[in-house]
Amino acid sequence: MSDLLSLSLTGARDALKAKKTSSTELTDAYIGAMEAGKSLNAFITETPDKARAMAKASDEKLAKGEGGAMEGLPIGIKDLFCTQGVLTTAASHILDGFKPEYESTVSQNLWNAGAVMLGKLNLDEFAMGSSNETSHYGPVENPWRRSGGDNAKLVPGGSSGGSAAAVAGRLAIAATGTDTGGSIRQPASLCGIVGIKPTYGRCSRWGVVAFASSLDQAGPLTRTVSDAALMLGAMAGHDPKDSTSADLAVPDFEAALTGDVRGMKIGIPKEYRVDGMPAEIDALWQKGAAMLKDAGAEIVDISLPHTKYALPTYYIIAPAEASSNLARYDGVRYGLRVDGDSLNEMYENTRAEGFGDEVKRRILIGTYVLSAGYYDAYYLKAQKVRALIQKDFNDAYQSVDAILTPTAPSAAFAIGENEDDPIKMYLNDVFTVPASLAGLPGISVPVGLSGEGLPLGLQVLGKAFDEETVLKVGGVLEQAAGFDALPGFLAGGK
Amino acid sequence: MTAEKSNLVTGNTGDWEIVLGLEVHAQVTSNSKLFSGAATTFGSEPNSQVSLVDSAMPGMLPVINEECVRQAVRTGLGLNAAINRFSVFDRKNYFYADLPQGYQISQFKQPIVGEGVITVDLPGGRSKSIGIERLHLEQDAGKSIHDQSPTKSYIDLNRSGVALMEIVSRPDMRSAEEAAAYVKKLRSILRYLGTCDGNMQEGSMRADVNVSVRKPGDELGTRCEIKNMNSIRFMQQAIEYEARRQIEIIEDGGTIDQETRLFDANKGETRSMRSKEEAHDYRYFPDPDLLPLIFSEEFVEAEKAKLPELPDAKKARFIADFGLSPYDAAILVEEQETAAFYEKVADGRDPKLAANWMITELFGNLNKAGKDLSDSPVDEAKLGGLIDLITDNTISGRIAKDVFAEMFESGKDAPTIVEEKGLRQVTDTGAIEELIDSVMASQAEKVAEYRSGKDKLFGFFVGQVMKQSQGKANPAMVNELLKKKLAG
Repeated sequence: MSDLLSLSLTGARDALKAKKTSSTELTDAYIGAMEAGKSLNAFITETPDKARAMAKASDEKLAKGEGGAMEGLPIGIKDLFCTQGVLTTAASHILDGFKPEYESTVSQNLWNAGAVMLGKLNLDEFAMGSSNETSHYGPVENPWRRSGGDNAKLVPGGSSGGSAAAVAGRLAIAATGTDTGGSIRQPASLCGIVGIKPTYGRCSRWGVVAFASSLDQAGPLTRTVSDAALMLGAMAGHDPKDSTSADLAVPDFEAALTGDVRGMKIGIPKEYRVDGMPAEIDALWQKGAAMLKDAGAEIVDISLPHTKYALPTYYIIAPAEASSNLARYDGVRYGLRVDGDSLNEMYENTRAEGFGDEVKRRILIGTYVLSAGYYDAYYLKAQKVRALIQKDFNDAYQSVDAILTPTAPSAAFAIGENEDDPIKMYLNDVFTVPASLAGLPGISVPVGLSGEGLPLGLQVLGKAFDEETVLKVGGVLEQAAGFDALPGFLAGGK
Repeated sequence: MTAEKSNLVTGNTGDWEIVLGLEVHAQVTSNSKLFSGAATTFGSEPNSQVSLVDSAMPGMLPVINEECVRQAVRTGLGLNAAINRFSVFDRKNYFYADLPQGYQISQFKQPIVGEGVITVDLPGGRSKSIGIERLHLEQDAGKSIHDQSPTKSYIDLNRSGVALMEIVSRPDMRSAEEAAAYVKKLRSILRYLGTCDGNMQEGSMRADVNVSVRKPGDELGTRCEIKNMNSIRFMQQAIEYEARRQIEIIEDGGTIDQETRLFDANKGETRSMRSKEEAHDYRYFPDPDLLPLIFSEEFVEAEKAKLPELPDAKKARFIADFGLSPYDAAILVEEQETAAFYEKVADGRDPKLAANWMITELFGNLNKAGKDLSDSPVDEAKLGGLIDLITDNTISGRIAKDVFAEMFESGKDAPTIVEEKGLRQVTDTGAIEELIDSVMASQAEKVAEYRSGKDKLFGFFVGQVMKQSQGKANPAMVNELLKKKLAG
């Protein structure tokens, strides 16, 4: 059984094809792990019956030598993707009891490819957070613990914290995530797994509960880079139901993993060497650069001059869009309704009770920056800076093929540690937000351990719609790093 | 623009000028909504035409309906307006129970259509140019129903997401009559284009009217906006009431508060809906779910080439080719169907005669019967047939009116009625002379008086002869022969 759980996504696919195991067997193993791993609080909703039925159907196909790219592989779905007939919460009280009549395009693509659904994964409320502590369903626990025995429970990062914890803790073989400012890459880094945010437009946003529409992008969280390539290929594709979806063919991402980066130019942006960055993060970054150099790539110092404005820009644009996107949660048609004596009172009661503090904070910020008299100073200026940040990347990509940076400024921190300091919390996204604003693809790959024995990731950024290069470089890093540490949760049995 | 004397309103302190600008919301004629595939049929069961997008389910995304965009471009071209090659959809944010998204998708800074101008037809054949400031596309909201339950409100989302064109005029109108003429002309153009059915009763077209008053030559006064006028008659009443109200306030030493008002048709007055202070901050920003609309020159030119002949061009042609008066031409071109009807009737016939018969007899009878041209018992061929009988002297104009009435009543054609009723005009010289002889014989005294110089009696003899003929004698021949006979 434990052998099954140690299989990667591609490994399991190959085992299923070779009939070394069955989807039912694999799925049962994960249902068992899901049961045993409840302490992580990674799932909001578990769907074991659905999983078994899907696994059975997959086995029938596999037996006939049929099936899609993800046939029979049991995965978790971040609870931001609407799933037909299955409770969809966005980890918010305000969506109480909401069971969509429709299936998000990305999850439907996965089911069409044969994937098996284990359940819906915890996240920060409406994907707003970097620690999974804002969830109405409680924080998710990182499967990793610090060495040296303080034994504090750590956050998995966020917002795709449930996804990252489930994949790292082997409660799911892989999981979907969404990334608005780093919500796939940062938790992947904090949990020692791989996470890729593809180019904006690569995956359809249709049926994904919206946080910030111009930034939101779905992607996979997996154990290996080739797993990410496989799963991204199954998730991606043009969708006429999303006007911002790119009408481009989906490349064979796995085929891009040649392991050959000879002659490629990798940029090291000096602006990412931020004040107060832990020495071990800097050291890891240099180690990563050395690995790529050893593999034959050329390391080039580059400048992305507007990087320092990325975080404030992001924290204007994302809340602005969120304040509007979340207006539909008004108690009128679905989810929570707290009655009042008038329509306005009903709105106030519903939204006061339904939204958590972080969501309210962002709605307030967003409403403020769009208000008459402030729009030009905040929102409009932020849009201009965003264009400059995009230009920084375009300029850089004139001379390099990809960019290497740390994924997050620190390893996983303890639950509760940053809770009262939103600014400190927002700093978690400092390395991931610029690429989000520019709409560019980025992957986080685990490269080493911190002094406290916690995983640290490096981020590879690429050109628009050049996920192939991102995956290729990520794959070389992965191989060179040979990261094989396991979280205490697995090593200790629980 | 100098004030036209005739439009001024007299107050206690002298004359006042009314300044009016209109925002007309016209529902785009399309099978489906602006951003969803749901149907748009009027009068369907509540909430039967609602998609997941229209009800703002989580994760749903708008996708632009290209047909609605094309219709807006056509409309812009019909309003002689600039088509913006680049335009953007914005979100207008506010909370209301019948606005599921919590925002309306509209266009704010960069609308699809820019400045244009239309010519409106005023009484007496006069016309006036009214500037169009812009046209933008936006979604309609749903409908709140408050009168079905004492404690609850119901929401019907059938209209939610229906495509509207908001057409904003310049403040170029100076009277309720001009505003009415503007709405009529706009409606006519939209109906010609097939971009809006113009049905105000069903809410396919409604107007917000901005009203202000000033002393002629002064700066613009503070305006009030009267919302949601769905009848031209009520709109005129509302404007007249509102202008009076503002004049009275100013003349009493007060000032006008900029506000939104509603017209109460029962009381014939406007009342405050919300003040400027209560006005929403809509927090407009570009909708990140939608891409900008970008048009090529070829697309716009191709749409232009497909436009039908519009009312102004048709009117000019009717005046030039058919010699009609501007007044008659304006009436005949208001509706495309009317103009087409007229052209069929006028084909190969005296165009002025055709116009007169349509405007006076046909429209008069249709009005009286409360019928539309589309269900007229007298079609083009029948009216043409009647005119042919007049032209070839088969019947006189006076008899023709009786024939028309019969035709309208029975739906029979003119020759049949003339035959059945023996109304054929008498043009036989001998027969007319016989009639004259008989009249002269019985009125010997009057003949003598006439011959001794009482010329005025001529009309009397004509009347007598016509009477004898039961109106069937050709009046011109009667005149001619009678003159000869009386002269002795």
